[in-house]
Amino acid sequence: MADKTPKADELAKDIHYDLPAAGWMDTKVDFEERKGNWCYSGIPRALEYVEFPNPRVWQPDQADWKLPSNWKEIILEGMSKRLDMYRTFRLFMDICVRCGACADKCHFFLGSGDPKNMPVLRGELLRSVYRKEHTLGGKVFGRLAGARELTEDVLREWFYYFYQCTECRRCSVFCPYGIDTAEITMMGRELMNLVGVNINWVMEPVSNCFRTGNHLGIQPHAFKDNIEFAADDLEEITGIRVDLSFNRKGAEVLFITPSADYFGDPHYYTFLGYLALFHEIGLDYTFSSYASEGGNFGLFTSHEMMKRLNAKMYDEAKRLKVKWILGGECGHMWRVVHQYMGTMNGPASFLEQPVSPITKTVFDNASSTKMVHIAEFTADLIKHDAIKLDPSRNDHWRVTYHDSCNPARAMGLLEEPRYILNKVCNNFFEMPENTIREQTFCCGSGAGLGTDENLEMRMRGGYPRANAVQYVQKQHDVNMLACMCAIDKATLLPLMHYWAPGVEVGGIHELVGNALVLRNEEKEREMDLRQEPLTGKEKADE
Amino acid sequence: MSAIFSIFAVLVLVLAAYLGVQVVKLHQFFGVYFPYAAIVLFLVGFVYRILKWAKAPVPFRIPTTCGQQKSHDWLPHAKLESPFTTMQVIGRMTLEILFFRSLFRNTRSSYREGDKRFVYGPTKWLWLAGLAFHYSFLVIFIRHFKFFAEPVPAFVKIAQDLDGFFQIGLPILYLTDVVILAAVTYLFLRRVFLPQVRYISLANDYFPLMLILAIAITGVWMRYFGKVDVVGVKTLATGLISLRPTIPPTIGALFYVHLFLVSVLFAYFPWSKLMHMGGVFLSPTRNLANNNRAVQHVNVWNYPVKTHSYAEYEEEFHGVMTKAGYPALDKEYPSEAEGDAAKPEGKEE
Repeated sequence: MADKTPKADELAKDIHYDLPAAGWMDTKVDFEERKGNWCYSGIPRALEYVEFPNPRVWQPDQADWKLPSNWKEIILEGMSKRLDMYRTFRLFMDICVRCGACADKCHFFLGSGDPKNMPVLRGELLRSVYRKEHTLGGKVFGRLAGARELTEDVLREWFYYFYQCTECRRCSVFCPYGIDTAEITMMGRELMNLVGVNINWVMEPVSNCFRTGNHLGIQPHAFKDNIEFAADDLEEITGIRVDLSFNRKGAEVLFITPSADYFGDPHYYTFLGYLALFHEIGLDYTFSSYASEGGNFGLFTSHEMMKRLNAKMYDEAKRLKVKWILGGECGHMWRVVHQYMGTMNGPASFLEQPVSPITKTVFDNASSTKMVHIAEFTADLIKHDAIKLDPSRNDHWRVTYHDSCNPARAMGLLEEPRYILNKVCNNFFEMPENTIREQTFCCGSGAGLGTDENLEMRMRGGYPRANAVQYVQKQHDVNMLACMCAIDKATLLPLMHYWAPGVEVGGIHELVGNALVLRNEEKEREMDLRQEPLTGKEKADE
Repeated sequence: MSAIFSIFAVLVLVLAAYLGVQVVKLHQFFGVYFPYAAIVLFLVGFVYRILKWAKAPVPFRIPTTCGQQKSHDWLPHAKLESPFTTMQVIGRMTLEILFFRSLFRNTRSSYREGDKRFVYGPTKWLWLAGLAFHYSFLVIFIRHFKFFAEPVPAFVKIAQDLDGFFQIGLPILYLTDVVILAAVTYLFLRRVFLPQVRYISLANDYFPLMLILAIAITGVWMRYFGKVDVVGVKTLATGLISLRPTIPPTIGALFYVHLFLVSVLFAYFPWSKLMHMGGVFLSPTRNLANNNRAVQHVNVWNYPVKTHSYAEYEEEFHGVMTKAGYPALDKEYPSEAEGDAAKPEGKEE
């Protein structure tokens, strides 16, 4: 934790929406003063590995950003090019009427009070330059028409605010024209990447993933070790040894999940849940060390990088000759899989129509991309009574559910997790309605912003989410925030420790794994997947 | 500042037309040439802008889903909030365009410092004013057809009758006249008085509101107070539309002010944010079906990219893979003592 980070009760008192006296074109970002609210720059080695321009040592709070001398031309040219490539970009530059409906929908605005975190102004940062370069009004009337020159100060502002947007799309739900700030932020980041302005928390995972197949840079031997270790743990908990296979050709299903699931905590317990479930239903599946990452930080740099990383999924499915792909719990991974993969790297004609080998359910909604979300898969199993569940094994948890931004607003995956939760635990409570489903609040650390030097802004941006958790904690003694996203699992935990101590974070399949009654489970389960004693199984004080 | 500039700009336009007709006698210019030029600018500009958008491809299918996807039959699919078929998309777009569905969702967030809670309440004022403004504008636009066609078409008469349903006053008061004045005034005042909205507002936002307000005021004045020569106006209007313009001498200067402001609105329209009228139909987050994984979406500029192939990966890691007991690799490698690749680069996330 950065030592400057204010305490929760101080921060809770420091939520103000006063506006600066100066207009938004006249305020500048002071990086020195705003430490704790921005991320460090990408290291040269990471940029070099994926051949990104302008690798160098620099930091945002330095006076000299070491930009190429023609940086402005590069960005403006990149902008013109992208205006012709993306209808969203051109349209969203043109049609905003600044009605302000989006203003108080952004978690970063609600938590920081900074007016440039109103989605409309975040858009204006780019729109002002667009008007100057591409509209008659902007050229003739300049500032009066909301147009301005691209300067280094503007670029600094882009950096600060486009890495202060988690591309969560909550604003776009309310916009009367469907203007999606995620599109604008993605364009802003793409343009900045042309001159080497990016952050390390995104660039290092990107280069790791390109090389080793996963964001964490885990090499094949460690990958296999970790997963075998998980099988050992599972055996200790359940007494059952599960079969594993790696890079196995001819398996029916390739299972791809975020690397944090087999490397991070509390993701790991969800991973144990997957292993138990697949064993119980006898799924013929394999892991791949090459496609060992579900997530795609390329999404947070450029469309091209997203495609370069995503290619591994289909390439590996083809090489291993599997029939279809099953995907684990992740947020932005599913944005990429659901909205980009088929278009970028498909059609997946070498795969077969996904069918659940157990229930024979045909997944019609995945008949082209041929990748199924594990919540869809498991909900179907439960609906068909294909697995036996004992929800009382989750009685030590009083659960609420956080919809991750992307499954909610880019897929509409709202009911499946709820259906599962209601079957695997006895105490499930919803947060207030303006904070869930399509109106869900971001964890505050998505889109590559989940790094510690950015902690204050993460705690601010995550406050609306945490505040809703505080509410159910008070009302219903909730002690478990369930979610379906690797970034959530990593970042909601510190968020809860900060705002709602006593609330743990876990995945849907952790709770599934707890409740799942394995066929050959001989002894009664004494502990949950965290190796904590189950309710009623606590040992008497010794 | 921008608000004052906009008010000033509209006043200048009003004065220009008034003096132009009253003093300089430029009836031909304000009654014929400028309206024609404005219509041409409008049509050309509108088509140009739409084509410009339409020409830009939609590389990815990125609808914002606001409800449950279509997955299992036994889960309730939100057909209008997360449409799967073209018909459902049309349904969603209809709600969006005719009823401003997304804006209807609007909430107002506030932070209660006492118990430190964010609270969210519904707020429909912007939605209501927006809807009232657009629909009254539409009805007024339709009512004006009576000046251009003889006999007056049935749908115009129906619009008039409905609009004057309550038969108040003489000439009968049109509801839309009241509504548009109230709605535009509200939309203008919220920009001036709500601090956040004022902070984001540009001259581009105030100017069209002031312009429309001035158009409405001059129109209302002529109908209820100034008593413009309606027959003369109709002669001018039918002349304009049949491309045989004549200038009847009996029309007062106020009418030319009204006509000039309308012409300015037409001319300004395609080059401004008012183009949201056309743009709303094209918005990819709304007008695409959420059937991404079921139907292949094609990106016309999809180009090959440099990837890190399995072969390259195996080449680098075959040593550790063999040692760790992976199944047979794709290629055979000579056994070597030094097989370990670089140290693992773990990073906690």
